[in-house]
Amino acid sequence: MSEALVTLEAVQKIFPKAKNPALTNLSAELLPGRITGLIGPDGAGKTTLIRLIAGLLTPTAGTIRVTGLDPIKDATQLHKTIGYMPQKFGLYEDLTVQENLELHADLRNVIGEDRKATFKRLLDFTDLSTFTTRLAGKLSGGMKQKLGLACALLGTPRLLLLDEPGVGVDPISRRELWKMVHDLIDQGITVVWSTAYLDEAELCEEVLLINEGQLLFYGKPQEMTNRIRNRSFQIRNPSGSRRQLLERALRHPSVMDGVIQGHHVRLVLRAHTKPLDLRELDAGENAELIPINPRFEDAFIEALGGGPGGDSVLAQRLQPIIDDHKTIIEATDLTKTFGAFTATDHVNFAVKRGEIFGLLGPNGAGKSTTFRMMCGLLAPSSGTARVLGIDLKKSASLARQQLGYMAQKFSLYGNLTVHQNLNFFSGIYGLKGPQQKKIVNEMIEIFNLHPFLHTRPDTLPLGFKQRLALACAVMHEPPILFLDEPTSGVDPVTRREFWTHINGMVEKGVTVMVTTHFMDEAEYCDRIALVFRGKIIAAGTPDQLKSQVATADNPDPAMEDAFIALVQEQSHE
Amino acid sequence: MSNFLSLRRLRALCRKETLQILRDPSSNIIAFVLPVLLLFIFGYGINLDASAVHIGLVLEDAGPEARRFANNLYGSPYLQVTTGLNQKAMEQAMAAGQVRGFVVVPQDFSEKIKRPLETAPLQIIVDGSEPNTASFVQNNMRGVWNGWLLQRATERGEKPATDITIESRFWFNPSAESRNYLIPGSITIIMTVIGTLLTSLVVAREWERGTMEALLASPVTRTELLLSKLIPYYILGIISLFLCVGVSVLILNVPFRGSILALWGIGSLFLSSSLGMGLLISTLMRNQFNAAQAALNAAFLPALMLSGFVYEIRSMPEVIQAFTYLIPARYFVTAIQTIFQAGTVGPLLLSSGLFLLLSSVFFIGLTALKTRRRLE
Amino acid sequence: MLSRIVTLIIKELQMLLMDRSSRMILIMPVVLQLGLFPFAATLEVTNNTLAVFNEDNGNQSLELIKRFSKAQAFSELIPLYSELDIRQVLDNQKALIVIRFPADFSRNITAEHSATIQALLDGRRSNSGQIALGYVQQILLNYNNEHLIDQRRSPPSILITRNWFNPNLNYVHHIVPGLVAIITTVSTLIITALSVAREREQGTFDQLLVSPLTPGMIMIGKAVPAMLVAMSQATIILLAGIFIYKIPFVGSFMLLYLCMVFYVLALVGFGLLIASICATQQQAFLGVFSFVMPTVLLSGFVSPVENMPIWLQYVDWINPLRHFMVIVKGIFLKDIDIPIIIHNLWPLWIIALGTLSAANWKFRQHLG
Repeated sequence: MSEALVTLEAVQKIFPKAKNPALTNLSAELLPGRITGLIGPDGAGKTTLIRLIAGLLTPTAGTIRVTGLDPIKDATQLHKTIGYMPQKFGLYEDLTVQENLELHADLRNVIGEDRKATFKRLLDFTDLSTFTTRLAGKLSGGMKQKLGLACALLGTPRLLLLDEPGVGVDPISRRELWKMVHDLIDQGITVVWSTAYLDEAELCEEVLLINEGQLLFYGKPQEMTNRIRNRSFQIRNPSGSRRQLLERALRHPSVMDGVIQGHHVRLVLRAHTKPLDLRELDAGENAELIPINPRFEDAFIEALGGGPGGDSVLAQRLQPIIDDHKTIIEATDLTKTFGAFTATDHVNFAVKRGEIFGLLGPNGAGKSTTFRMMCGLLAPSSGTARVLGIDLKKSASLARQQLGYMAQKFSLYGNLTVHQNLNFFSGIYGLKGPQQKKIVNEMIEIFNLHPFLHTRPDTLPLGFKQRLALACAVMHEPPILFLDEPTSGVDPVTRREFWTHINGMVEKGVTVMVTTHFMDEAEYCDRIALVFRGKIIAAGTPDQLKSQVATADNPDPAMEDAFIALVQEQSHE
Repeated sequence: MSNFLSLRRLRALCRKETLQILRDPSSNIIAFVLPVLLLFIFGYGINLDASAVHIGLVLEDAGPEARRFANNLYGSPYLQVTTGLNQKAMEQAMAAGQVRGFVVVPQDFSEKIKRPLETAPLQIIVDGSEPNTASFVQNNMRGVWNGWLLQRATERGEKPATDITIESRFWFNPSAESRNYLIPGSITIIMTVIGTLLTSLVVAREWERGTMEALLASPVTRTELLLSKLIPYYILGIISLFLCVGVSVLILNVPFRGSILALWGIGSLFLSSSLGMGLLISTLMRNQFNAAQAALNAAFLPALMLSGFVYEIRSMPEVIQAFTYLIPARYFVTAIQTIFQAGTVGPLLLSSGLFLLLSSVFFIGLTALKTRRRLE
Repeated sequence: MLSRIVTLIIKELQMLLMDRSSRMILIMPVVLQLGLFPFAATLEVTNNTLAVFNEDNGNQSLELIKRFSKAQAFSELIPLYSELDIRQVLDNQKALIVIRFPADFSRNITAEHSATIQALLDGRRSNSGQIALGYVQQILLNYNNEHLIDQRRSPPSILITRNWFNPNLNYVHHIVPGLVAIITTVSTLIITALSVAREREQGTFDQLLVSPLTPGMIMIGKAVPAMLVAMSQATIILLAGIFIYKIPFVGSFMLLYLCMVFYVLALVGFGLLIASICATQQQAFLGVFSFVMPTVLLSGFVSPVENMPIWLQYVDWINPLRHFMVIVKGIFLKDIDIPIIIHNLWPLWIIALGTLSAANWKFRQHLG
């Protein structure tokens, strides 16, 4: 049994002015040569813990030892033995790759022959050799992440602390990073990896699961997943609307949690319930209930007390829109060039009423550019983007009245109160008088915003920000919704609640266009276009995309496998 | 030693800082474009000497004495005279700002002045809405009037009415041009902008972009961190100082009588005091936007208003006067104006230098105290 | 349509007034300008130091020195005893002006010869020196005239000086109307440029652009709040000028506010243009700073526009503050006639038209 590298004993951190402690009574011992995942939703306290370990914050109570040192008293010693990559990677964006490396090498006294060798090793390792003269700010998210890692690795640390390295990075880059980190583990480096992606937890040897400053679980991820063994199922080949099926399923007392996976519906049952009878759910003749492997996320949802229900009060108050099978959103040869760079290259698609259409793609592939052109925020270089047959760029505040929009990062007025935000957004969409009041009150009711009416959104928990943003986007009952990475960083429970509302609205005839890099989210879509290097490289239903990459080895690929395989196939060409 | 200061780390940090300065367009604008622009504004745009001020002359009397006087007015290099017959029209012109004042030569002027025992009054009406110009107008008109009286007496072989004459001479600036002291004074403003405004942004920027966190988790020490901000910006400030002096002397033709060495010395002290203040602000604020505002209120405005470079400190209320003694810019204004115009005046420069040294120690020391190796 | 614009305006006002730091941006300038500028921004010469090197010590010189020391301009009198002292006080800025009476001064006067005194001034402050010299000359002139009357001679002519619009040449009368104009400038620019930059930085600008609001409505939504806030601040300064600093307001308030509206429009255009080239609030702040500095310095507030070289006067034509400064001071102190106002107003119309259309074009282009 080797000595623990990091010892946490009843660690507590309370920030001045904060109501709740950021961390309470956290104890753990991290063993050397392992990768420990620090898992939890945004605002759980992950960053605080990493900073405590790095000696950047002083614990309010409890003791921390890192390689036998006190991170505060022995900070100077400690900083020679750790590598730390903060969120946003801590790179100087106006320095080149080489200059960033040189700076960190000098700071960590990596000199002479050793320096040359280290640079070569790290550049090869991170695949950045050809980009040494590029400014760090001009790198893609994935490349920045690798450079941040390379900088943290200079001086060969014993302990590597990575704070959310996967945020805003596409699955391919994330996979590469995982591979790199595993190589480091083999070299004997200990890694602490913090992430909000629960699927990454399964790749760690040990996880610390934190929620609201509390340690929910500490151990091997498998142990946690095993808790819900034999309770995960997939309903294959249901007939009728799978969204309605999910809604019915979530009402069923035996069902704890459920999501849509392409044509199928994935359910997790409560403990100690009788097996589910599909006839109760009216799933159709051909529907089958197939047991599948549990996921860490299932266990996490259970730890948080189960998923939200399947009913959307928001959708219930909507008048159904008659499905006229019209094409609502249409891109024809849509192209956008920035100088010599083509961000979107002759993209074509059409979205019919009542559909969820997803744009999926790695960072910098052009999905955001395409999305912005569709909702009129960017003028196309050539081709047309039409919503309801109208070019949004050219005219049409009338057409814009028809759409709701949710931006990638939270973008409501942070220094107005929740109530003022609601009043503002209803006001600019032309609601006024008693009608405005009524709708605003309904939103407050539906999203439980009562306690926060006079707080500023900036200080709200992320889940409530999310609700508020959705409320502001749908108050004027738009028949079209544009969602740009709507749930990044949000915990899975909130994400499910969000999609419950979206599903409910789509059932009423609302048309949705969404960009995402979450594979889970892609599964909710009726159709997906996979964007890579400005072009649509594959399009179809989630199941069609998955079946495109099915092989003998992997007959039932996950969405992420499909994504990676399709993109890699393209990039080899 | 290496626990406090490693030359390698310091050099690496300075190099980084320098590259950032060179690549950041807004730093370049603040450090090089704004100074030259300001210098030209102060060189050409701000001129307190009403050199050819427009005045009016209402000549109600066409007699010879009146015309003599008028000719003297026309001959003054400091006045541009518009002649009119109607006082009402002239009043209108003054309200519109076309003339800054006017003289009324009344109808009976030539008559009255002829009689030995009578006094012929002349009236000057001045636009008081611009007090400084008004003083100039009064002084200049009085000068013309005096000259006219003297000339008249001499010609008539009389004893001049004025027995006492005053000979005035401006030391250091014989032609009494305001730009000769405004331009050196404005260098103070420029140094303040670079020293405080620019540096107040740099530490705050590191906090905002998260790079400070990465630095803090590395073996960098507090001393290195501080020096790596001071040294590059000091060099930038000194380059800018000499750029300004060059432009002032070579392009704007301001005389320079002191020693470059003294200028460098006192400039360095002022710069370190400004840098210290800028770093203190951004260390406390950690947010570029607030830092810029604080710098504007704490450094720029006092330097503009209370340094005595345009406005007269001695005419301010005593409380404000007392407060100006705390403002580093005040000492630098005095010093740099002296170096430009009077030369290297030992005692004055020493006392200014001493204060600037104290304030540098104060600001940099306080920044060092406030610089944390942690995020809290 | 109207209700949407009202919604925008309410939001903007809430943003400006609710947030502590934005409130500070609005309050600080008013406080500073009211508390500091009227006292500090002065070119008057009062309470200065006069040094006297009296080689004469006769009655006449002593009498004159007494008169000098009673003048408002000088509160301190340093007696000097050698030429070296003169050098000392001037070099070290101990005195603004040195008066030197020659040894035969009083003797000459008594003998009814003409006498000369010397004034040596610090050229590092030549403006103050010239004003101080003016005071000294005035004192000499009065002395002379009294002297003539003593001799039962009357001076052939006297000079009667009247200062209109500001009889005592009080500097505050010049500063406060100027501040009304400056506060309007600073606030309008800060509010428009910063609020647009903030919306862009926080992503809320996109929210506005995808909403049914037209660029025109968004611009009105930015212009009106800026106008309301800037004009309220101007009103505070105006009232303080009238009631605290006791400056008589002789013109028409209606006209002043009407002109202010046009002026704010011209500025809103500049503010939006600055915002359109800045990505962050910090850049917008520096942008406004770099714009306001020359605008104020070249407005005629610090020194008259006519003292500039002719070419610069032409360039300065696009400076809206230069025109507005004339209007504010004119209405405040002089009650100028409408033709004079219009003469200074039409450049503002042209500037407003130019900047607003440019901003509108930039706004639309930004979408592309």
